[in-house]
This record gives sequence, structure tokens and C-alpha cells, in this order.
Amino acid sequence: MSTPADAETVTTRTRPVGAAIGLLVVVGLALVPLFVAPYETTIIGRILIFALLAVSLDLLVGITGLPSLGHAAYFGIGAYTAGWLTINVTAEAPIPLLAAAGAGALAAAATGWLAVRSGGIFFLMLTLAIGELIFQLAQSWESVTGGSNGLYGIPAVQLAGSPLVLAGLRYWYVLAVFLIGYAVLRLVSASPFGAVLRGIRDNEPRMRSLGYSPFRYKLVAFVLAGAVAGLAGGLLTAQQRLVTTADLGFTTAALALLAVVIGGAGTLWGPCLGAALVVLIRDALGPRLDGHGPLVLGLVFILTVYLLPRGFAGLAGLRFRRRPAEPA
Amino acid sequence: MTALELRGVGRQFGALRAVDDVDLTVAAGTRHGLIGPNGAGKSTLFKLIAGTLRVSAGSVLLAGRDVTGLRESQRARLGISQTLQHSSLFLPLSVQQNVLLAAQRRHGNPGSLWPRRQAAARDRMGELLAAVGLSTRRSAPAGDLSHGERRQLEIAVALACEPSLLLLDEPAAGMSPAEGDRLVELVQALPREVTVLIVEHDLDVVFRVAESVTVLHLGQVLLTGSPSQVRESASVREAYLGTADRAELFVQGGPG
Ligand SMILES: Nc1ncnc2c1ncn2[C@@H]1O[C@H](COP(=O)(O)OP(=O)(O)OP(=O)(O)O)[C@@H](O)[C@H]1O
Ligand SMILES: [Mg+2]
Repeated sequence: MSTPADAETVTTRTRPVGAAIGLLVVVGLALVPLFVAPYETTIIGRILIFALLAVSLDLLVGITGLPSLGHAAYFGIGAYTAGWLTINVTAEAPIPLLAAAGAGALAAAATGWLAVRSGGIFFLMLTLAIGELIFQLAQSWESVTGGSNGLYGIPAVQLAGSPLVLAGLRYWYVLAVFLIGYAVLRLVSASPFGAVLRGIRDNEPRMRSLGYSPFRYKLVAFVLAGAVAGLAGGLLTAQQRLVTTADLGFTTAALALLAVVIGGAGTLWGPCLGAALVVLIRDALGPRLDGHGPLVLGLVFILTVYLLPRGFAGLAGLRFRRRPAEPA
Repeated sequence: MTALELRGVGRQFGALRAVDDVDLTVAAGTRHGLIGPNGAGKSTLFKLIAGTLRVSAGSVLLAGRDVTGLRESQRARLGISQTLQHSSLFLPLSVQQNVLLAAQRRHGNPGSLWPRRQAAARDRMGELLAAVGLSTRRSAPAGDLSHGERRQLEIAVALACEPSLLLLDEPAAGMSPAEGDRLVELVQALPREVTVLIVEHDLDVVFRVAESVTVLHLGQVLLTGSPSQVRESASVREAYLGTADRAELFVQGGPG
């Protein structure tokens, strides 16, 4: 009988290549502040933050099969929590970040037990509604969120007592937290729990007949995604020292979903590329495009859906994996 | 010891009584066949037993315990496992992932958020893939399998749940004769802790596997008896084809 090891040669052969590329990217990202101007460094930091949001959303969209249009809510709640704590309690890392992740998880638990009972388009509508609700809440709860002015004048994050004011140091802080958040989601995706989530995505009724209760798994996935989105929100606060309602609004949620889809849902790394593209078009090219950034993003979206149905990640996959054919 | 008992089980779809007042007792460890013409309600009855569908009337007892109010996943955890007439697999996932999903619930740590090897679940998966002849296809996406291979995979997935009651709905449909033979051997080789209920249009397969047979017609039990009793019964022949011609009983069943 063949051992499980040779059964997995298909995946193991590609693994060292992927690991090598991953390592190169991490080294490259770590070197950024040494070679890149502060403004560009800040843009790359923003990409990392948005990528972490997109990866957390991919856990829902690509791995569990739950397309959410309200994921920015947990991102925003994390950002407000970190901002409020930094202003009123302490700027000492990692307290604002941990609180941001905790708040994201709590909010996801409170809303997820309702949302994950549905699926598909209903889930999309329900998360959209939940996102709007939380947006309205942030707008009207002025004493805490600053209403439509936002939360500003947030002090710089402190590491062991010294504030991270230099763009380079702040960037490394963002990079470190991004890598931790990404690694957590990678591990979850490779775990038996992650396998169950894929099973639910591909055939939920069959999972039930195998003795699984999909609700529990989906709820845990939703809370986990909310926690990592909250963590990303905490990073946003550390980076831009300003939180506004736009950070938890529909546009942010839609852009995150866009990043997941154009990057390649279910791969985790694909949505990072998608996030990079979205942030570059929105923030870097946006001003030069005369406010037509969203239009360009819309075109990019349509093109990817037509040309790359599995996103950027589909390009890399073409070499080793055929799409399973559907025999009659 | 009874593995399964149905008391007055019924299910209506609108005005149609797809399953009508069915009483059935299956002793633990037996291989019981369920046959009947197209539309007799066999698949519906299986779904009522597994909990995929809710009964409109009656109760379902598993090893003496009333499970009528339990959800499908709860019944599965109590030991019911089924293969569906129309394959229901995880098509984008590899063959081994399909089996592993079932095996890890019993032999692994399905709730673990940390990557694990799950050696026991993998060993079981390897055994089952060998038993159904899919060892060489383990890395292929289930969607790439032929129809017959999918049927084999269904059986491996169902067995990986380590059921005490296994429901097989037309497992041999679409299999080649060689695959059908392997299926018969596989079912015959199952340990006696597993009670098997099999629906099959290929009566040759049923009579080779089953020790007792129930004939269902228009949702009702026509007859329960030994294979030879069923073979001899004139009413069964009539119900099946509206004919008394015995030879026609053994033609392969129509599309499901
Ligand atoms: N979900 C449903 N809604 C409405 N009618 C249904 C449904 N499922 C089954 N039926 C009807 O119930 C009757 C019994 O169907 P069932 O699939 O149980 O028959 P069967 O004995 O398995 O037939 P076959 O040999 O063709 O597989 C049929 O008339 C069928 O059309
Ligand atoms: Mg049927």
C-alpha cells in the first residue's frame, strides 16, 4: 500500500517553491524602510493593513463560502477601540491591538450567531445590513467615536515606553503584526478545522450527514475573521492615528471583498495581492485619476472576473492544477 | 437486538404519500435489502431514517432509542451513515480529503485550529481507499472521477464515519460489473457490528448481499421476507412490472 506521503507529492512538490517565494517577499518587505522613501513606505504599510483585512475576509469568503459585505464593521470596531484606548488609557503596545482584536471578535460573535444561519445571497444581504447598522451606530455615538468628525489626535503607539513616530519603525510594527495575523490564518486554514470549513463550502448538506454541525464551525470562523479584522483595524489606528466612519463603511467592506475576489478567493495570499492593487488604485493613483479611482477599480474587477475567474492566484495555479471537469 | 425500527412512518409531499405507514424492524448485524419499482419511496424512506427529511407521521428508533426528533447530524453521530442515490461529494477536494473529512470526525480532531497529522484518520482513509480500489486516485479532485469511481468514493466516505447502521441507496448504479462485484465483496466483508440496509435496482446484487428483503410499492410495505420468498412472490412480480413474467424481474433498473 502506498504511504500517505507519496499521495501528497502533488502538493509537497509545490510547497518548497511557495515557501521560498514567501520568504523572499517577507525579506523584501522587511527591507522596505531602508530603501524606500517614507511616503511610499506608508503606502506599503497601508497595503499590509488592508491585506490583513482581506485575508481575514478570505477565511469567510474563500474557505467557508460565506461572502460578507459587512466585514469592515469589525475592522472599524477594532480601529475605534484601539483609538479610544490609546487616547484614554494607554498607548503601550500591544494593549490597544489586543483590545481591538477582542472587540472585533465580540462584535462578530454578537452578530455572527444570526448571520451564519443563512448562506449565499442571504448572507450577503444580512452582513450588508449588519454593517450598515454598525456604521449608523458609529456615526451617532459621538461621545466615543467622534461622530462624523472621527477620532483624531490619537497619540503614537509606544513600544516599551518609547513612541513609534518614525515612519520606518511604525512600518516594521505594522509588518510584524501583519505577519502574525497572516500566520494565524494560514495555520487555521491548514488545520482539521480548516478542512471542515472547506467541506461546508463545497457541500454543507453532506457535512451534516457526516455528523458535523455546520453552524458551530461557521460561527467560530466568523468570530475568528472578526478578531483578525479587528486586529487590522487596531493597526490602522497605529498607522494613521485617525479613525473615521469611512473605515467601517460600505465602501471599505466592498473594496475588501473586491480584493479577495480579484486576488483569488480561498488562497489567503491571493487576496494580499488584490489588496495591494486596490490600495494602489485608490490611494496612490486615485488623486492622479481625478477621482475616477472607483471607476478604474470597477473595470479591473470586471476584467478579472472575465479573464481570471480564480483571480491572480489562478495564474499561479494553472501550472499544477486543472480545474476538475464535470463529467455528465 | 434491533438496529432499526420504524413505526408507522409516513411522509407526504403535498397530496402524494411518498412513504405511507411503514413498519419495519431490522435486527442488528443483518444485511437487509429494500426493493421496489421507481417512485416506490425507497430513497424517501432512507432520508426519513437518516433525518435528511422529517417524517410526517410515525417514529424512527435507532438501537431502541427514539431519534425522530433528532437532526441529521445528531443521528449521524449516533451511527447512521448513508450514501445517496445521486452522488453527494466534495467535488473540488481531493479524493483523500473527501474520505478524511469523514474519518477525522471519528479518528481525528475535527475541532482543532492547529494543523495536525491525524495519523489514525489517515490510516483509516488509506485502508478504505484501498478497499474501494481508489488508492491510485487519491490526489485527484473528486470532480475528476468517473461515475463509477464516484460511487466507490461515496462508499468509502460513508464507511469512514464508522457507522453502526449503513444505508446504501443504489450503490451499484453506474458501476461496471467488476466494480459491482467488488462492492458486493466489500459489503459481505463488513464486520457484523455494521447493520446494512441496501436499496438496489440490480436484484442480482440485492440477492447476493441481503439476508432479508422488504418490497416497497407506492410507499407501502408489500412484503418482507427471505430473498427466496420475495423471488417466488407473484404480487411482487406484479407490483414491479405489472407482469407475471419472472425473467423481467432481473433486468437492470431504470434511471433513478
Ligand atoms: N422532495 C420531493 N418533493 C416532492 N415529491 C418528491 C420529493 N422526493 C420524492 N418525491 C416523490 O416521492 C415519490 C417517491 O420518490 P423516491 O425518490 O423515494 O422513490 P424511489 O423508490 O427512490 O424511486 P427510484 O427507484 O426511482 O429511485 C416519487 O413519486 C417522487 O416523485
Ligand atoms: Mg431512489
